[in-house]
Amino acid sequence: MRATVHVRLKKSVLDPQGQAIHHAVRTLGYEGIREIRQGKFFEIELEDSISPERARALLEELARDVLANPVLEEYWVEIEGGTP
Amino acid sequence: MRFGVVVFPGSNCDHDAYHVISKVIGQPVDFIWHKQTSLGEYDAVILPGGFSYGDYLRAGALARFSPIMGAVREFAARGGFVLGICNGFQILCESGLLPGALMRNRGRRFICEFVHVRVEATDTPFTHLYRKGQVLQLPIAHGEGNYYCDPETLAELRRENRIVFRYCDAQGRVTEAANPNGSLDNIAGICNRGRNVLGMMPHPERAAEEILGSSDGRALFQSLALVLAAMTRE
Repeated sequence: MRATVHVRLKKSVLDPQGQAIHHAVRTLGYEGIREIRQGKFFEIELEDSISPERARALLEELARDVLANPVLEEYWVEIEGGTP
Repeated sequence: MRFGVVVFPGSNCDHDAYHVISKVIGQPVDFIWHKQTSLGEYDAVILPGGFSYGDYLRAGALARFSPIMGAVREFAARGGFVLGICNGFQILCESGLLPGALMRNRGRRFICEFVHVRVEATDTPFTHLYRKGQVLQLPIAHGEGNYYCDPETLAELRRENRIVFRYCDAQGRVTEAANPNGSLDNIAGICNRGRNVLGMMPHPERAAEEILGSSDGRALFQSLALVLAAMTRE
């Protein structure tokens, strides 16, 4: 089973990297782009023996305690073939 | 009295801290490899600057899971003195020993320069030899030193006088122009509620001898040594 954990800065937190990319993109002449915010994601391969329910609980915990810093970031878990 | 300097893979200010304790302050000090699980007989522990685990994931995020950090947490809970400098501050925040987080600098660039910081709290074991409002010249060297916390935490830090250092200009004015990295409220260093854990982005260990351009950081280590000496006599 495959899963993805997405992590991004909270909307209330300034994203200087996203701003720099947006600035560069505008300089290159791309039009119609209002904002760019940068995030990251983790591709996770789970053992077959693990149930989808258990996988979700495990990944929520992993995201909260390790992959994201809840002071700054928000996260969500997607399990392939599962309900988002 | 015995100081310990924790060495993580990627620490690079560990020798500077060791040098200041042993040669400038003249106290016994050891390196503590991060795989150790106990802090033995240490009276003060320094988490030095550097790039522990290459800053992978987030600065300080992986060091927090090093075996020694369990012992550091217990040590801090017992009232032991813990000083986190630069990456050490990031590790303390990631560990939850201090509130908030250090984000990417507002200007996106790594900053390596001398700055001015104002001593805001002198009622800590680290700063009692300074004068309240004293302006220090200390170097910073970081890409992620932009302190952030939620408004409730900031109010609590202010109310409990836990903002220990703030970025200021040469005259001691805390201004937006004197804020090198975008830190909330110009915060350069904070302590925990027990005042025995201090985290700061500037490097006092790199400014403890005149030959390095400033000796303003020396009193921080002397403060700590004096408190420890008094505790040993009791």
